[in-house]
Amino acid sequence: MSTPYAKLPAWADYGLIPLINLSVAFIVAGFVVMLVGENPFRAAVILVEGAFGKGTGIAFTLFYATTFIFTGLSVAVAAHCGLFNIGTEGQAYIAGLGVGVVCLAFDSVLPWWLTFPLAIAAGAAVGALWALIPAYLQAKRGSHIVITTIMFNFIAASIMVYLLVGPLKPAASQAPQTRNFLAGAELPKLNWIIELFGAKIRSAPFNICFLLALVMAFLVWLLIWRTKLGYEMRTYGHSPKAARYAGISETRIVLIAMMISGALAGMMTLNPVMGDQHNVAIDFVSGAGFVGIAVALMGRLHPVGIVLAAILFGMLYQGGAELAFEMPAISRDMIVIIQGLVILFAGALEHMFRPYVQALFASFSPRSVGIEAVKGKGA
Amino acid sequence: MAQAAIELIGINKSFGAVRANRDINLEIARGTIHGIVGENGAGKSTLMSILYGFYQADSGEIRVGGKPASIKTSNDAIALGIGMVHQHFMLVDNFTVLENIILGAESDALLKKSIAKARSELERLEREYGLEVDPDAIIEELPVGLQQRVEILKALYRGAEILILDEPTGVLTPAEADHLFRILKQLKEQGKTVVLITHKLREIMAITDNVSVMRQGTMVATRETAKTTVGELAELMVGRRVLLRVEKGEAEAGAVKLAVKNLTVKDSRGVTMVDDISFDIKAGEIVGIAGVAGNGQSELLEAISGIRRAVSGSVMLDGKPIDLTGAADPGELRDRGLAHVPEDRHHVGLVLAFEENENSILGYHDDPRYLKGPFLNIDAIMADAKDKIEKYDIRPGNPRLKTANFSGGNQQKIVLAREMEQDPGVLIVGQPTRGVDVGAIEFIHKRLIAMRDQGKAVLVVSVELDEIRSLSDRILVMFAGRIVGERGPEATEGELGLLMAGVERQEAAE
Amino acid sequence: MDVFIAIVQILDSTIRLSVPLLLACLAGLYSERAGVFDIGLEGKMLVGAFAGAAAASVFHSAFLGLGMAIVMSVAFALVHGFASITHRGNQIVSGVAINFVAAGSTIILGQAWFQQGGRTPALQPGERFEAITLPGASAIHDVPIIGPIYSELLSGHSILVYLAFAMVPFTWWVLFRTRFGLRLRAVGENPAAVDTAGISVAWLRYRALICTGILTGIAGAYLSMVQNGGFVKDMTAGKGYIALAALIFAKWRPVNAMFACLLFGFLDAAAIRLQGSPLPLIGKVPVQFMQALPYVLTVILLAGFIGKAIPPRAGGVPYVKER
Repeated sequence: MSTPYAKLPAWADYGLIPLINLSVAFIVAGFVVMLVGENPFRAAVILVEGAFGKGTGIAFTLFYATTFIFTGLSVAVAAHCGLFNIGTEGQAYIAGLGVGVVCLAFDSVLPWWLTFPLAIAAGAAVGALWALIPAYLQAKRGSHIVITTIMFNFIAASIMVYLLVGPLKPAASQAPQTRNFLAGAELPKLNWIIELFGAKIRSAPFNICFLLALVMAFLVWLLIWRTKLGYEMRTYGHSPKAARYAGISETRIVLIAMMISGALAGMMTLNPVMGDQHNVAIDFVSGAGFVGIAVALMGRLHPVGIVLAAILFGMLYQGGAELAFEMPAISRDMIVIIQGLVILFAGALEHMFRPYVQALFASFSPRSVGIEAVKGKGA
Repeated sequence: MAQAAIELIGINKSFGAVRANRDINLEIARGTIHGIVGENGAGKSTLMSILYGFYQADSGEIRVGGKPASIKTSNDAIALGIGMVHQHFMLVDNFTVLENIILGAESDALLKKSIAKARSELERLEREYGLEVDPDAIIEELPVGLQQRVEILKALYRGAEILILDEPTGVLTPAEADHLFRILKQLKEQGKTVVLITHKLREIMAITDNVSVMRQGTMVATRETAKTTVGELAELMVGRRVLLRVEKGEAEAGAVKLAVKNLTVKDSRGVTMVDDISFDIKAGEIVGIAGVAGNGQSELLEAISGIRRAVSGSVMLDGKPIDLTGAADPGELRDRGLAHVPEDRHHVGLVLAFEENENSILGYHDDPRYLKGPFLNIDAIMADAKDKIEKYDIRPGNPRLKTANFSGGNQQKIVLAREMEQDPGVLIVGQPTRGVDVGAIEFIHKRLIAMRDQGKAVLVVSVELDEIRSLSDRILVMFAGRIVGERGPEATEGELGLLMAGVERQEAAE
Repeated sequence: MDVFIAIVQILDSTIRLSVPLLLACLAGLYSERAGVFDIGLEGKMLVGAFAGAAAASVFHSAFLGLGMAIVMSVAFALVHGFASITHRGNQIVSGVAINFVAAGSTIILGQAWFQQGGRTPALQPGERFEAITLPGASAIHDVPIIGPIYSELLSGHSILVYLAFAMVPFTWWVLFRTRFGLRLRAVGENPAAVDTAGISVAWLRYRALICTGILTGIAGAYLSMVQNGGFVKDMTAGKGYIALAALIFAKWRPVNAMFACLLFGFLDAAAIRLQGSPLPLIGKVPVQFMQALPYVLTVILLAGFIGKAIPPRAGGVPYVKER
């Protein structure tokens, strides 16, 4: 009785149901488009063309996707350990400090390929530390991690604003941001890959961080499903009692999971800071941490799903920009609505349609939903 | 002959594949105390929940005071004069007594009248039944006995004529229980009908007028209390299940493997669950602990296996002490050759969302056999899982299948295979065959005896008396946190049943 | 005397700044006391602010605006109920979703309907809630001490300010002196007790969420129709989360909630006032430090270093009938 939803074939569980949830989210979004007096189908076409129609569009789509892969992985790693890390946003923001300091210190002395690993380490370390405190408070003092990570988002924002309008801002400048980095902290673009396929790209920030993101996705898969640590995290995430039985320390596993989650959030910083803006500016994360929640939920916490969901959201961000251009009534904030609807239908209302799908399956083939197995059980 | 307060006719109720109540017929006479006894899981609580509108019966009829009644919600039950004192109190802990009593029965939106009325009602009830309690006390500051009194008052305040009590003495001290019985007798004298659900036969004999026995979802008998004996009830309760006795030779007990001395364990509420217990298990013998569920067996198992901290006492494994301060690491105990098949396989022994092969290493995931550096050695794990599937005939034989999709018996085999194949020196097993189909029971029993014959020390805790008798070389009976007797495997059901019911030897001799 | 006037002015802006926090905090109190966590206060406030300003400017009526703010905010509260009560979804996830839908839709609809970059048209007199001058305020304005306190601090606020503060004793009265309040507190502590007493857990929780919606609606209307003369995108700027922090800080009690919100409002007012200027003894305090202080204080409280904040026991857990 503890797993009332375990009786669908895997493809329905991991394919059909997310697809239904996603479709409903988009249908509701379509109604919003209608409400502002535009044609939702035309909007969809513009969106997809904007994202994939031209080389530049594809490059931008993948640039955004890079960011969301990191934040999606961050949310997912914590979730596998049964923790809701809503603080990915703040962990990424504060990690800008680590990455920024490394870049400012070494951009004139080191080549990018030496600055980059240092920046990765710095971003990951700062993000991990920022996640460590809420994790410690949860494991040792019983503070609810959702509330503490929300609070830490705001504290991180205050610290960053203080630094960016003060100590980190060049004296001569008015803009609340660091000075622009030199070539030693600029990451190489990957636009040439898309150009290999014959597309033309004017200028786009699609950069080497995308590869790092894919590597991290693979490593997260490896961690969760192929290492002892991941095994322990999943055990604790599913059943703290079973973890206790298996001799897994609650404190240790919560701290480690949150630090990995924070480190992934911190690495997200590399993409906009070193790959695009070449400085650390106020609010450079701009909600990517929260997008990570939608991406993780939609990707069913699996790295492959997360990469696909991140590309979908990258498409929405890039296509949304085009859409705002073609349909002035629709700004990029449309994506925020879609994001909210995806979280609502793929997250909070995850099981709304399941009974219907189950009933449908049962009417076609009783065996596939495990009715036979139940009959044979007996007490 | 008194008129029937309640008649249940042909009640059926299933939860999924489990038939909790089968064709139950029961008549409870007005103005009597009627006991319902049965082992855990016999369906007593389900039946009473149906009567109280918490569940709906799949089929059958309920009559209250001779008239057919439709009880769809607790409200309907309350309106018909049925009150219930739940095993886990339905009280709001940080409310006052008065607030708890009026909750849901408030007559006015601003509570002024309700509170005034409740106060005077409480005074009246106090006078009539001796149910004293401070109306302004906060529930969580009251001792358990008084909290229960508030539950009774709640029901009486709602005009209950029929009062159902579900395992009311489970949380009470003997003195509190005696007080409760006096109150119940007084209620009876005032013309109320009391239904007492319990598994303690002593209580039944002490205060009921009639007693009905349930077993495995069916109502097996109803007796007038004065005309029955504890022995008869115990037999009816346990029943004579057809169980193949497993062939086994004489035990060849060797050296002491596990020695428990003066062990005392409390639960999370601070109630002493294991009270100064001592025993030991030798290599090559099976020691069975018999007892009705809830008498401290679970806590005993958890303390020995390092999951729960003990208050005092010692446990020696192969002559070396186990740390009982709660710092004990179940992983370390495994390394020292103590394997544990927990009672609750759904939440403790297995992770149901895991694949079968993942569960086959739970707790042994530190073992270098299953690892390659920090990585899981998937090939080794899969080969190992397949090997166990074959040896233990686990079906379906697919190590990639989610554990939730295995039947109860096969899930239990997954746990047993994992723990037995580690070749432990000591194996402790809680409820080896709970929720397991008949075919698997025999298999599991044979395996346990094979372990014994290999010279392992085996501790089996079970509420199934048959199982204990069939497996054990020595039987210890637990009651109220203590070991109340030790018997050989030749002990009769009746004899053990009496011990399990907490009946002292002198009483039993009567 | 200058110092005195400055203090009165800071306290005056403390009151103004704490009103939206207070309304949102009391809103959260209703739902969390009923056992439903609500991190969607922010979103519902935003929806209220937008609906209020939009309706007020279209229908030229402040009260119609307020009404629409409440209706829309309640609608969002019901979505939260549908997900977390009816479908037993994760309450945190549902709250996050509502915040996003609110943030996006207020901008999209605002732009589509008014074409002013997500703003609503500036509200005209009669479309917003004006300040009320208490009787005799101008007469005693020049009386030392009492004069400024009465005419500056107490008088001259909009009706919603007085309403917000009146909600404090009212909420206390509802929670601790009425049948509804008794049941609401009970369902947040032990829903099974409520269920066995024959009361519907779901309907009770829905009613609590409706109260939450009404109050967040008023909070939003205050932002767009009193503090500001129209809706500006993202104008809640995290106030819903501060209100949540205040709720924890207040240990889920109405009068404490008022003091917590006044404290957080004061920190905000002081931060604005002190911008740049040094404090005696301490020296210059960064504005950001003052802004972060509510969050830091809440974390410290949550960690159990200053008292213990014990949330309603059934909070965050969907109710499932059990044997």
